[in-house]
Parts: sequence; structure tokens; C-alpha cells
Amino acid sequence: MSFREVMRGKAWKYGDDVDTDVIIPARYLNSSDPTELARHCMEDIDAAFASRVTPGDFIVAGKNFGCGSSREHAPIAIKASGASAVVARTFARIFYRNAFNMGLPIFEAPDAVDEIETGDRLAVDMERGSLRNETKGTEYRFTPIPPFMRELVSAGGLLNYIAKRKKGG
Amino acid sequence: MTLTEKILARHAGRDAVAPGELILAKVDLALGNDVTSPIAIQAFRTFGAAEVFDRERIALVPDHFTPNKDIKSAEQVKMMREFAKEFGVVNYFEIGRMGIEHVLLPDEGLVVPGDLVIGADSHTCTYGALCAFSTGVGSTDLAGAMYSGEVWLKVPETLRIVLSGRPAKWVEGKDVILHIIGEIGVDGALYRAMEYAGNGIAHLPMAWRFTMANMSIEAGAKNGIFPFDGATKAYSDGRAKRKYEVVTADPGARYADEISVDLSALEPVVAFPHLPENTRPLSAVGDVLIDQVVVGSCTNGRIEDLRSAAAVLRGRKVHDGVRMIILPATQEIFLQAMREGLMETFVEAGAAFSTPTCGPCLGGHMGILARGERAISTTNRNFVGRMGHPESEVYLSNPAVAAASAVLGRIGGPDELP
Repeated sequence: MSFREVMRGKAWKYGDDVDTDVIIPARYLNSSDPTELARHCMEDIDAAFASRVTPGDFIVAGKNFGCGSSREHAPIAIKASGASAVVARTFARIFYRNAFNMGLPIFEAPDAVDEIETGDRLAVDMERGSLRNETKGTEYRFTPIPPFMRELVSAGGLLNYIAKRKKGG
Repeated sequence: MTLTEKILARHAGRDAVAPGELILAKVDLALGNDVTSPIAIQAFRTFGAAEVFDRERIALVPDHFTPNKDIKSAEQVKMMREFAKEFGVVNYFEIGRMGIEHVLLPDEGLVVPGDLVIGADSHTCTYGALCAFSTGVGSTDLAGAMYSGEVWLKVPETLRIVLSGRPAKWVEGKDVILHIIGEIGVDGALYRAMEYAGNGIAHLPMAWRFTMANMSIEAGAKNGIFPFDGATKAYSDGRAKRKYEVVTADPGARYADEISVDLSALEPVVAFPHLPENTRPLSAVGDVLIDQVVVGSCTNGRIEDLRSAAAVLRGRKVHDGVRMIILPATQEIFLQAMREGLMETFVEAGAAFSTPTCGPCLGGHMGILARGERAISTTNRNFVGRMGHPESEVYLSNPAVAAASAVLGRIGGPDELP
């Protein structure tokens, strides 16, 4: 993933405390196949999401997105659904780790999320830390991703980061 | 430094650490289950490594969808079993000799005070009861730790929770933690450590401390941790498989925040759907009819929990309209429940008594709810669809309240029983 490109897509808006059980219900955790998980992504909160999401779309939510279980199936399902990123007021900490380890960009833009509605067209510049709501004609700044997380992403995820580090002694 | 900072510093080879710092820390134990290990194993294999970092410091526990509930689950467990064999992972626990990971591993002495443990399961924070640092991570982190023996961590700020007083009858560890989550919310300790202090701790048996540390994640916390005392020592000595070091918080440790809880002022607490923070004291629950009662899980599947439920059920019958399911957390607890006659009490009361499994807690198997059904459960989460149909409901409580509710056919406490 590169930080240079501006990501564009439409928003899917949800509320506070979206938990991993609604992102990917446990009844589907007998598989770790991304395509199959994506088919049930957000199923218990929005049955239409998986069939109607288009590549590049954003999931937008309130506080504590991804709370609950440590299942990496949650960011895997979101990534495989075609969504490009998650924007929220705050993230639950295990989801936050998992998303970066997996290479799913997520960012906290507390000022922006309130006015975003489902269907709004968004343009996000991760490098500058800016989010433009093209539907509403507004623009917000957010704190760019911390340097360590960027290092993880530039290395190509946690596995490559560890492999490189171990090789380098 | 706080308890958490001290343990993190030791494992990062540093004299001191401060909140916000990113560290690379050595892990004493890394664990996974049948849901999270398959992804970790696939990730581990991308390293092309010939061995794991330490064959004795990895634990693989098939507990979620076991005994295998379907073909796909069987394939996932098979992958774990074969991986354990190929890499000589010592602590793989087969069906018939296993238990729910967060009850099994401390009971087996595989987690000891002062440890740094990561697990690909959010309830890994349970071991904080032993004055260890433990936290849930994802499968990729587990893969990294199985390979390198290390994990990257951000040092959390610490929320200090001062406990005082003695809890009343029927008030257990579950009620204390549900009360705290109700006060601070499901993100009230987000990114933070929850450190318990105060003379009220002396009234909390180890089983209750495990329950409380276990549900730290339900307040968003990175970990929950108790100080080491006589009860910790009594639990650890004789079962610890490694030598342990006692860590204490410094008198001048800096806490981001502090809250106080008077244990003597609490009554049993029930969390309403669909968040653990939706708590009400039992006396304010009202008339809530139930279809199912579950006693078990990494939160409340210990022998003390079964004793508490059995004490309420003894000589009574489960209500006609209710299914009650009891899940001892480990084979050892199963055996103990048999020896003490608890199993007989449950079966005579009309409850189902199961082999250890996470099962219904996460809507896996062994007690799934239909549309519109309602359960009271000693488990840890009551999210939408957690135990089955997205239109079913889960209420959380302690084992005594769950057992009393099973008899009453509605949510209620032991004092309401005839």
C-alpha cells in the first residue's frame, strides 16, 4: 500500500461500538478464506453491505470501531469486500493492530465522521492527513498515521517487517 | 512505574518505560485457538522457518468449535494438530485433555506471575489476575511471536481502580467488573491498562480475579492486572511450571486516572443487550422472561462458578420453559464437579452438562439461540447475534443469578427462590 495516492469512494456509515461479531459473525469463523468471509462482511448490522459495496468505498463509523474479539477475520473480511479503508472516531485496540498488520488502512478522523452520511463521496489523502467530503463540499484534517505504523505498512505488513529485522540481526 | 510498565520494561530489557513508547518485548508464552491459529500458521509458513522460537512457549488450544462441530472446523483443528506435530509444539491440548484456553493455561501453571503473554484471543487479558501482563492480539502478531519470540507493544497509560469493602452475599467478581464497565463504558479504558489496588482485593478469591481481568477487554483495555498477594502465591506455588518473579508497583507510579469502587455497596449486576455497559442492578431488572441459561466460558467456567450455580440449584428444578447448559471450562474442572456431586445436582435439576468448549458463548455450537429467543449467560459479550440469531438477546450475569433465573424462568436472584 502506498501513502501517496488519494483514495476515492463512497461512504457506508455506521454508529458507535461496531463490534467484530457484526463485522464478521462467529458462525462464519470456521473458514479463513477471504472471499468467503467478504460475502458475510457486516451481515448482522447491514445485510446489504456485502452485495452492494463497490471497490474503493469507505466504512465510516463512530467511536470504538472493531471492539470485541481479536479475530483477524474482521479486517480480512473488510479488505476482501473491496472497501479501501475505515474512518472512525476511535478504534478498539486489537482491531487497530490487526488492520495495520494486515495492510488495511484505517484512520481516526473524529471531526469528520459526524456529518458523513451513507452515499457521500469521499477523497482521502493519507499522506497529508486530509479528508474531503465531495458531496457536502467540506474538508477535514486528521492526524496522519504514526511513523511506526507507516514503517509497518511500507515494509509490506508485520511479517515482512519481522523477517527483515531478523535478517538484519 | 505501574505494574504494567514494570513488566513491559523487564521484557524489553530496559530500566524504565513510559506510556506512549513503542517497545519490542520478549514473550513468555504465545497462544492461539482453533479460530485464530489457522491464519497464524499460514502466516508463519511464509517465513519459511525451520523451527518455532521455543517449542515450550507456544500453546495451541482447540476450544472454540470443538469437539469439531462441522467439517470446516475439523479441518481447522487438523491444521493445528499437524503444525504442533511438525514443529514439536509441546503444549497442544487434544480433545479429552483440553479446556478453555484462559482457564486451562494458568491452571496448568503455564502462565506465571510477572509473565508477558500474548494470545490470538481477546480474552488473553485473563492472566492479569496472576500479576502478569497479558493481552489479546491478532493471528499475524501470533505468527510473528511464534517466529521471533517478540512482539511490538505501545506502553499503555494506566487506569487505577481502588477497591474497598467486602462484597455482600451473591455478589461475585462478575458483578464487580460489570459494575465497572457500566460506570466507564465499553471504551472507558481504551488503549489503557486497568490496575486494581486497595484493601478490597483481599476479599476477592483468585477465580473472581480471573473473571475481572478477563473482562478488561470489555472496557476496551489492553490488559487488567492485580497486585501479587497471598492468594496469588497460594494459587501459583505447586502449579507454576517456571520460576516466577514478583513485581510490585512503585510508590511513585503515575496513573492517568483513578476510580474507586466500594464493594460493600454493590448488588448483583445484569448487563442488558447489546453491550456489556448496559448494566442494571438486579433489583432494577424488571420482568425479563428467558429461554436459555448458560453457565461456563473463560469468564465463569471455573469450579468456584459451578459451585455457586449448584448451591442455588440444589434440590430445585430448571423451569419448564428453560434450557440450562453447564460447561465446565476444563477436563480437570469437569472431574472435580463430578467428585463433588455438582454434576449430579445439575443433571437432577434438569440441566445439560457438557464437555469443555467455548461453544455457545460466541454462537459456535452447543446452545445457539433462535430468532426472538433470550438467554441469561455467565459469558462475556452480549453483542447483536453473539449467541445465535441476530434477533436473539443475551443478558450477562454471575453464575448464582444465572442459576436462580433458570429456576424462575425469568431473570432474578437466589433470594427470590421459594
